[in-house]
Amino acid sequence: MMATQTPPNEVYDAGASKPHRPLWLEVLHGWVTTVDHKKIGLMYIGYSLIFLVVAGFEALLMRIQLAIPNNHFVSPQVFNGLFTVHGTTMVFFVGMPILFGFGNYLIPLMIGARDMAFPRLNAFSFWISAFGGLLLYYSYIGGSGLYGAGSAPDVGWFAYAPLTSRVFSPGHSTDYWTLAVLLSGIGTIGTALNIVATTISMRCPGMKMSRLPLLVWLYLVTSCMTFIAVGPLTAAQIMLMLDRYAGSHFFDTQAGGSAVLWMHFFWIFGHPEVYILVLPAFAFANEIIPVFSRKAIFGYPAMVAASVGIGFISMGVWAHHMFTVGLGPGANTFFVLATMIISVPTGIKIFNWLATLWGGKIHFTVSMMFAIGFLFQFLIAGLTGIMLSVAPLDWQLGNSYFVVAHFHYVLVGAILFMLFSAFYYWYPKVTGRMLSERLGKWHFWLFVIGFHLTFDFMHIPGLLGMPRRIYTYEADRGWMIWNMIVSSGAAVQAVATLLFVFNMVWSYFKGAVAGADPWDAWTLEWSTTSPPPSYNFAQTPTVASRRPLWDLKHPEDPDSNYETEQSLPRTRQEENL
Amino acid sequence: MFASQGWCGLAALATSAPGADPANMFAPAGTPADSIFSLSKLVLGITGGIFLVVSGILIYVLVRYRWRKSDSSSEQEPHQIYGSNQIELSWTVIPALIVVMLFLATTRVIYTTEHAHKPSDALDVTVIGHQFWWEYSYPRLGIVTANELHVPVGDPSHPLPTYLTMSSADTDHSFWVPRLAGKTDVIPNKVNTMWIDPQSPGLYLGQCAQYCGVQHAKMLIRVYADTPQEFAAWVAHQQQPAVEDPRVAEGREVFMHNACISCHSIRGTVATGRFGPDLTHLASRDTIASGSVPNTPENLHRFIENPANLKPGVLMPPMHLNSHDLDAVTAYLTTLK
Repeated sequence: MMATQTPPNEVYDAGASKPHRPLWLEVLHGWVTTVDHKKIGLMYIGYSLIFLVVAGFEALLMRIQLAIPNNHFVSPQVFNGLFTVHGTTMVFFVGMPILFGFGNYLIPLMIGARDMAFPRLNAFSFWISAFGGLLLYYSYIGGSGLYGAGSAPDVGWFAYAPLTSRVFSPGHSTDYWTLAVLLSGIGTIGTALNIVATTISMRCPGMKMSRLPLLVWLYLVTSCMTFIAVGPLTAAQIMLMLDRYAGSHFFDTQAGGSAVLWMHFFWIFGHPEVYILVLPAFAFANEIIPVFSRKAIFGYPAMVAASVGIGFISMGVWAHHMFTVGLGPGANTFFVLATMIISVPTGIKIFNWLATLWGGKIHFTVSMMFAIGFLFQFLIAGLTGIMLSVAPLDWQLGNSYFVVAHFHYVLVGAILFMLFSAFYYWYPKVTGRMLSERLGKWHFWLFVIGFHLTFDFMHIPGLLGMPRRIYTYEADRGWMIWNMIVSSGAAVQAVATLLFVFNMVWSYFKGAVAGADPWDAWTLEWSTTSPPPSYNFAQTPTVASRRPLWDLKHPEDPDSNYETEQSLPRTRQEENL
Repeated sequence: MFASQGWCGLAALATSAPGADPANMFAPAGTPADSIFSLSKLVLGITGGIFLVVSGILIYVLVRYRWRKSDSSSEQEPHQIYGSNQIELSWTVIPALIVVMLFLATTRVIYTTEHAHKPSDALDVTVIGHQFWWEYSYPRLGIVTANELHVPVGDPSHPLPTYLTMSSADTDHSFWVPRLAGKTDVIPNKVNTMWIDPQSPGLYLGQCAQYCGVQHAKMLIRVYADTPQEFAAWVAHQQQPAVEDPRVAEGREVFMHNACISCHSIRGTVATGRFGPDLTHLASRDTIASGSVPNTPENLHRFIENPANLKPGVLMPPMHLNSHDLDAVTAYLTTLK
């Protein structure tokens, strides 16, 4: 039933390798013109990894500058550019593309399809996003035009008005920032559209929505959120360009415009964005934790409902970024409640993962270790999130290093850890070889130590009054020792990341051969060869439950016995407890 | 790698700073900061409790249900459990109840802080954020000053809150003195208010908490909480016109005949600029450059020569005075007690 025959590209290679090896130009041409979802997914991931290293390097420079008070390692102008470009890169050119890269690669494989619904749109979305990233970095050369030295945008990643107006940001670096974000938004919408269309219309026979792997469900939710969230951001960027070049006054406070308007536009994008980034991390956890616990996910319908719930509620919490703006007690109270409510579906997810582990046989592979790191750190990030949702605490902690520590706990402690977990889990599928577990354990432990040194201790200067985005600080504030520890942790994380990169390269050539299903897993991507042939499945698979490979491996006790035929809210099995 | 000037200058500041952590939010010295501190104890208790319970369960599960060598003999998968309505309902309802409790406690602090009753004898101060300094004016007292805010201390029987009416002349800023109150954003074309009521005399430090441009880092805040007597004396002094010392007439001439007057005011003279800090009583202030260096003749001299020496990115340009004029104008400014 599943595709196991020799893929034709291998046949082609065997024949073609005798006369001549393909020229590098031909290989390049193949990648540039591809519309294959797997190749596009890999390009997304490769491109994000390059930007991850670049933006990580920017973070290191900032940490060197902040290690001691009154440091002169970089100038204020350079530092302000560093945090702006670091943030913009990490959100728009690392987080979004790497998550969409995984989605691109995995979704068709997991739903038994041969490609995405719109392969050419897929390629277009990738290339336009990639071009956006290049534009952002081009500002280092072209930011002041040909007549001045290059400069990076230095307005912060949320680019509050009116600092972005031409009066306060002359030159073109802010324009490059605007255009980069605008283009990335177009690419994001394209990919999100593709994921929704693929999920709705390309599922293999038998794969009802109630049997969709949770990963695909979460990508569906995240893509739908993208439609709503990216629109305001794009609109705001266009308004900003009109302000800068066409004499409009949306955000021009000197002419009666509103700085607060920009904040609303930005955060109605910016907060859903956090969930757009974190839901794919949840998606990986939903696949990886069950496999290494050897148990079905606990409470599949609740997991879907919680994800959809998070999607909806996250659209109504943006002004918790604006508790200090002076919206008044009424608005503040509303957004406190909305923000706190979101912790309920998020809590459901954590409890369901714990219940999945409960009673299992937990295999501590590197992938699972990163997933457990994710669980632990996401718990802490969620709890500091609850602290910040309490508006009066946010009056103290907002825009301080406490907030910086909190969102890095989400972005690094939860999302990046889960991404590492996903790399160790799916690398064998993509390359046909296992990542080294030995190197992986070194990577894991070093990264855990570095992460906690950096981001645990980063909370403290925030409590002691250190605001974010300062290029230096006074020696008398009692912040130095904490900043020193934070900076040393950053160096450990950098070493761990280099180990990971080395592992990826080394294992590609020397890693153990993986075979189709190295983890004894249950979803459809493991039924085809590693790496999958360009058409994914020789025959379109047919599924009868959420875990088709479980059914195949346990014909005496298939999941389909326990999954009722009813749609979502009713599909759970009391009798099985 | 770092300039020695920073260490020297700050050594002087450090001696005047209260304690090792002068901006610690857990050492409140005013009502708004204190009510946040009390709330934070509740929140820390609840979140800490959740952390202990959930991480405890996680560790238990990882130890109890780890894969063991003995498992390798049997190919048996563990018993498959797909879900349970009762259990899932319980971990939906219990967190929801905690949320309700937390929400009510939060709402109370929001309203007692943002909707506090303003006593009729409360002091009013207008705060204008500038790139990269603070302008403070006392409209009912006729005082304009910069970077060092003086307010009276109250006591529980007779609170003397100071109400800050805030806006910005350029980009967004945020006024944050952690020991007195939470921060309030200072936004152009929008008027915000907040109040502080320091309960013991002393110096409270803070700084701009919203990125506002190149020199955001050195837009520091110093709040001096004076006893009522000290405060009355300070007000009386600030209301005096600028000192006119005939010995520095030459420096005064330099000041009045250069671009200084386009940006700075000295009450009673032709200097009426509004772009930079009011200098009428400059010499009565402890610091210059928005709190970043002590107000010594040497620092003042270096600052006038080229402000970017002390504060890169500052909007005041180098004045290109010859050394004679520079000395003269420095001498003049040091007399403005």
